[in-house]
Amino acid sequence: MGTVTTTTLQQPQAEEYRVHYLNAKYGIKSWLLTTDHKRIAWLYLVSTTFFFVIGGVAAAMMRLNLVSPQGAIVQPETYNKLFTIHGTIMIFFFLAPAVPTVLGNFLIPMMIGARDVAFPRLNLLSWYIFITAGMIFIYSVIAGGVDTGWTFYTPLSTSYVNTHVISAAMAVFISGFSSILTGLNFVVTIHKMRAPGLTWFRLPLFIWSMYAASLIFILAMPVIAITMVLVMLERLFHVGIFDPALGGDPILFQHLFWFFGHPEVYILVLPAMGVISELIAAFSRRRVFGYGFVGFSSFAIAVLSFLVWGHHMFVSGQSVYAGIFFSAMSMAVAIPSAVKVFNWTATLYKGSVSYEAPMLYALGFIGLFTIGGLTGVFLASLGLDVFLHDTYFVIAHFHFIMVGGAVMGYMGGLHYWWPKMTGKLYPDYWARLAACIIFIGFVLTFGPQFILGFEGLPRRYAMYPPNFQFLNIMSSAGASILAVGYIMPLFYLVWSLKYGPEAGPNPWGAKGLEWETASPPPVHNFDKTPVVTEEAYAYGAHPAPVTTAAS
Amino acid sequence: MSEEQHATLVAEQFDDQVQQYQAASLGMWVFLTTEVLFFGGLFASYTIYRYLHYPGFEIGSHHLEVLWGATNTAVLICSSLTMALAVRAAQLGKIKDLIGFLVVTLIFGLIFLFIKFAMEWRHEYLEGLAPGVNFTYAGPHAHQVEMFMIFYFVLTGLHALHMIVGCGIMTTLIILALRGAFSKGHYNAVEIAGLYWHFVDIVWIFLFPLLYLIGGRY
Amino acid sequence: MSELVSHVERKKVYVLVWVVLLCFTALTTGVAYIDLGAFNTVVALAIAVCKASIVVLFFMHLRHSEKLIRLVVGVAVFWLCILIVISLSDFATRFRISRPSWPQSQPVTVHHLDMSPGTTTAE
Ligand code: HEM
Ligand SMILES: [Cu+2]
Repeated sequence: MGTVTTTTLQQPQAEEYRVHYLNAKYGIKSWLLTTDHKRIAWLYLVSTTFFFVIGGVAAAMMRLNLVSPQGAIVQPETYNKLFTIHGTIMIFFFLAPAVPTVLGNFLIPMMIGARDVAFPRLNLLSWYIFITAGMIFIYSVIAGGVDTGWTFYTPLSTSYVNTHVISAAMAVFISGFSSILTGLNFVVTIHKMRAPGLTWFRLPLFIWSMYAASLIFILAMPVIAITMVLVMLERLFHVGIFDPALGGDPILFQHLFWFFGHPEVYILVLPAMGVISELIAAFSRRRVFGYGFVGFSSFAIAVLSFLVWGHHMFVSGQSVYAGIFFSAMSMAVAIPSAVKVFNWTATLYKGSVSYEAPMLYALGFIGLFTIGGLTGVFLASLGLDVFLHDTYFVIAHFHFIMVGGAVMGYMGGLHYWWPKMTGKLYPDYWARLAACIIFIGFVLTFGPQFILGFEGLPRRYAMYPPNFQFLNIMSSAGASILAVGYIMPLFYLVWSLKYGPEAGPNPWGAKGLEWETASPPPVHNFDKTPVVTEEAYAYGAHPAPVTTAAS
Repeated sequence: MSEEQHATLVAEQFDDQVQQYQAASLGMWVFLTTEVLFFGGLFASYTIYRYLHYPGFEIGSHHLEVLWGATNTAVLICSSLTMALAVRAAQLGKIKDLIGFLVVTLIFGLIFLFIKFAMEWRHEYLEGLAPGVNFTYAGPHAHQVEMFMIFYFVLTGLHALHMIVGCGIMTTLIILALRGAFSKGHYNAVEIAGLYWHFVDIVWIFLFPLLYLIGGRY
Repeated sequence: MSELVSHVERKKVYVLVWVVLLCFTALTTGVAYIDLGAFNTVVALAIAVCKASIVVLFFMHLRHSEKLIRLVVGVAVFWLCILIVISLSDFATRFRISRPSWPQSQPVTVHHLDMSPGTTTAE
């Protein structure tokens, strides 16, 4: 083992009782008051999964409704609330936190050879803030719901609707602080807590992309927070901040919202991209091709993502000159995204590729993200977007990226590091089956929506002309398959907790500091601070060791 | 310093005091960056509306009392000086000086808040310049003036909120210092609280010309 | 273990900085009473930037900070500029295409947005 000075931990001690972070303490208090980043990751895993279920139920109801052109199950008013609940929960309470706070929290300190994040108590505070925000949002749902869409567009949200906008905006406002604190914690951790010898260019690419995503958290979340304050004030006092009749400008809201909003979508996908880099390297047994390019493309994306927000506003009445600028910048952001895709593909080439469950997700990611990104370029063209804006084409575009990309990456990451988090192996057969079902279900659900959108079906309506019914039913059918795919892991992963075979420290024979400590890791991750002497993914130098026992 | 002392002063995730110090100060600066963007959303909106509604913004601005604004600027600058001296005292391990300077800083902060609320906000409220609560101004560009006053209240309100938090932090620091929590080489909390305090001062340094001095006073 | 003390500034420097800041405050207030046209705003903002820089450099010790901290400050300022400049540029160029003959220096949207009784639609 080249990269670590201590190997004592890796002795197989199967029979012996070993203290690790999961059994070091017991009881509900030991979880709710923990400052251990690994336990906090679990807190987030449970809570984001909870929100994922709620958001998923809302989506299922929408798809069910759209089986019939007249709307099969709900009134249009309810439908409006459903897509608002779905969008807000999925973006703010599931996908934005999912990869950073579950995988990021668990892995960042381990990957950089630290005992914990820089500010463990702040880390726990972030979770409590997150839960508070989530509960406030649940309150607004129970109290009657919100129907503004996750975008809270003014003056609809401030002057017209009479649903629970204030509490929903409050929830988003508060959740922003949770993300800010998480981002801050990660940035400081990555800067200041790296193990000796772990230079920037030896870092796993997951760290680079988490760093870039944290930057976006830090720079974008405050703006949405203050924007939500303005929305709340406007609703409380009706002073006209966004009301054209009183001299306000609703498009200003859109600027503020999308200044945050577009970077936010990259918060969703950047961490997942980091996961994919890890998976591709581990299951091709090769160093990621063009390591530096992939690393820097994360930064390029983080920076460029702040210069493209107006592509959501091409038809809003924004200046056409601004439109031209935003269009050009949006196409530019496709470049670093493409750099990643090409480099992953090049890594596969001549790699000794194996197809375990995490790798299936990774391959799914590459294909679906590519489609999502390329359709983004369609949408970024000024002229075409006039036609496609607010149609199902946009829905399909961002679901290809956020579900086909980010959620796939998340699932892949969860499967890849599950043995590390729990010390147990899940049944690979079932996992592969679930991955395939998710892929098929996904393509069936969102593929038809590209066509629907291109044929002109607008988004956010509870009803549609009958000639769109076939594709809508196809989409709903796909959604039910997708649902099966998502529910399966819930079962076999939970099953593995009790019945899964012991994973051992490094079941994949992968490289990286996190694989050099026991599974589940000890409370302080490493018994002795590791010293790093080689670059990441040094697969060539050491042919894949399947067991790392030093015996 | 003995080993045990060292152990209690360095949190377990850090290797040593230097790492802990650097992490704390980087953390604070990053936090201030988020604050810049937090206020930034308001500054951007302000700039745009000022551009769109200049006449009303000018009229609104002229309803504010420059002298109070300038006085409060001076008060905050004085508080920044005492805060800087407090950090210096902490660096040198002069705990008595530290407590003294913190108390003076706190008092300056309270003076600022007193002027802000009791002198200014109350005055504007009584004059009928408080949008949503008591807005009776009906002169030229009434809606624009209202818009200006909205931004005046939101910006100064948010700033005042930060001042209140700052005063809370000062109080906490004073109590901690009295309890002997700080010593030479161990004063991270004072230093990063200082960073926060100066930042809030800087926000005001911009708010003063942006709100009180639109279009000059000649 | 060596004692950890970051750079200690001389007291005199702080007092000097304080005096300069107070002078700037007096200056910016005084200048407001002189008619400089559009330059009133420019001067006021320039003075504010100077004051803020002084506070950051001396009171907040940026002068003696690590490079990383300076980078953080630069990033904050840069992103603030992105936010303000790009969103303002939309408003500044919004009406030119539809009204090419529009006098560019005018606060355009008085016509479009302000509906207060005191405003006339044709200036
Ligand atoms: C390859 C670069 C990308 C380009 C050029 C691009 C372009 C666009 C454009 C132009 C729109 C606006 C369409 C319209 O409303 O008419 C859009 C919408 C959207 N995109 Fe992308 N996109 C890209 C990547 C992404 C990524 C990576 C994500 C998420 C992880 C994403 C998520 C979204 C979302 C959520 C919306 C719709 C927001 C809404 O209106 O509710 N996009 N994209
Ligand atoms: Cu976008």
